Amino acid sequence: MIEGIFVEGLVYGMMVLGVFITFRILDFPDLTVDGSFPLGAAIFASMATSGFPVLFAVFVSFLGGVLCGAITALIHNKLKVPSLLAGILTMTMLYSVNIRVLGNKANLPLLGTETSLTRVVDFAQRIFGTGISESWIILVFFILLTAGIKIILDLFFHTDVGLTLGALGSNEQMVVSQGVNPEILKMTGVGLSNGIVALSGAFAAQYQGFADVSLGQGIVITGLASVMIGEFIIHSNRIELLTLRVILGSLVFKGIMYLGRYYGYYINLTPNDLKLITGLMIILSLFLTKWQKAQRTERNI
Amino acid sequence: MIRIDSIHKTFYKGTVNENHVIKNLSLTVNKGDFITVIGSNGAGKTTLLNLISGNLFPDEGHIFIEDLDVTKVPEYKRARYIGRIFQNPLMGTAGNMTLEDNMVICHKKGFKPLKISLNASLRETFQEKLKILGMGLENRLKDNVGLLSGGQRQALTLLMMVLSQPSLVLLDEHTAALDPKNASLVLDLTNKFVREFGLTTMMITHNMHHAISYGNRLLMMDDGEIILDVIGEEKSRLTVDKLVAKFHEIKKRDFESDEVRLAE
Repeated sequence: MIEGIFVEGLVYGMMVLGVFITFRILDFPDLTVDGSFPLGAAIFASMATSGFPVLFAVFVSFLGGVLCGAITALIHNKLKVPSLLAGILTMTMLYSVNIRVLGNKANLPLLGTETSLTRVVDFAQRIFGTGISESWIILVFFILLTAGIKIILDLFFHTDVGLTLGALGSNEQMVVSQGVNPEILKMTGVGLSNGIVALSGAFAAQYQGFADVSLGQGIVITGLASVMIGEFIIHSNRIELLTLRVILGSLVFKGIMYLGRYYGYYINLTPNDLKLITGLMIILSLFLTKWQKAQRTERNI
Repeated sequence: MIRIDSIHKTFYKGTVNENHVIKNLSLTVNKGDFITVIGSNGAGKTTLLNLISGNLFPDEGHIFIEDLDVTKVPEYKRARYIGRIFQNPLMGTAGNMTLEDNMVICHKKGFKPLKISLNASLRETFQEKLKILGMGLENRLKDNVGLLSGGQRQALTLLMMVLSQPSLVLLDEHTAALDPKNASLVLDLTNKFVREFGLTTMMITHNMHHAISYGNRLLMMDDGEIILDVIGEEKSRLTVDKLVAKFHEIKKRDFESDEVRLAE
């Protein structure tokens, strides 16, 4: 059971990395995520069930997410609307698009379809023998996958374009002064974020064994709660630690949700209460952050 | 170098708040000029700089940089030739990033490639350049810029701007938000860099003494127009009293901004 929590934390951890990029690095609160996460799942499911190669399906899912993010950024840039509204627009439209992608269905099972997980399990059992438990193989696979994406992101944020992306969130004028088009930079950043989110969606579908349009419900809030929990764990300005704490935050969040789901009935909680709890957790984090800040300034005076 | 050809700018056109801030303004900036710009609040100094940098576009008229018509060129494209420093020291650097990361972003203008430029030798170059400031910043490459004081941040912005070798430097009261000690430090550095690198510069100031003692050319603006343009020999003979008298002579009214006289 414990490995289940870890796997979920890692699958969703990828998504939280995407949310972290928009909310924390770009300072571009982006709600597209609620639509790009199920889009990734939908693209993967419909492609995999139609017999496309698994890796290719994963790659197209990623591109689909990038496109959604770019559209949100484009709406924000060209029509000068707040990022929140632009995100809600794209997300709403994506709901219809996702149903289309799933073949006018709300749900598409992956039973019997080859996925990256079935392949990895086959591969591992051929090498290490069939005695090895499937769930542990999947756990190791997701550890490697999430770590790989984290490391690629870390490297990206050390490149010139990555650093400039980092500056965009804290000082747009500086980026303009350096001769960089902020609109294109925003499209790059929001696109990258949603690409990762869609990738996470594609793997969530493979892990759960189906793609569903409602998969994205509340994803932004889940991501935000995980980001905030992570911020209590580590304080740093180094990107390696920032991305690490994002993943840790996701693991802790999934842990808390697990406790709520399985032991919540002792205090009369039902799974329907989890959204309320997520919201309350964010409010609590905001309150604690504010309180911590007040403490720090008091000490300085 | 820079030619401004009868530009006009009106804010809130067609409303009760209509404000004609720049009126038929023409100006030629020569290569190597160090121009100080002075004038009371609302004279249009900052608007002029915004028009040159491309932050705003003129309603009429044209702006040329090196004979290139840039009237409609967006700010980020012009920024490759123009280095600008604002009054607010926070505007030039990203506070939540380290000093070295800030310098990487600024060490070359324009397109940012997908490659990691920061290495030991670049770090050494940065440290060498930071030593010029004499603020000990060369030992704080890994610190967030947000931890620096306003004066340090403005000096850093100045240094990074100079290193990008702009054709034109626009300084918008860049020492006004600093305490007197840091203000004079940053101003001295500015003067030093402008001379050493022969930078073509326009500097807005509220301080008449600074306007007179720095640069080779002085512009006085009032009500959207340049009412006085003093160059070279004539400028070096200016005094605050002469300047105020001149204003009175031209506008037939007293130079009203006490702030300008008192800022010493």
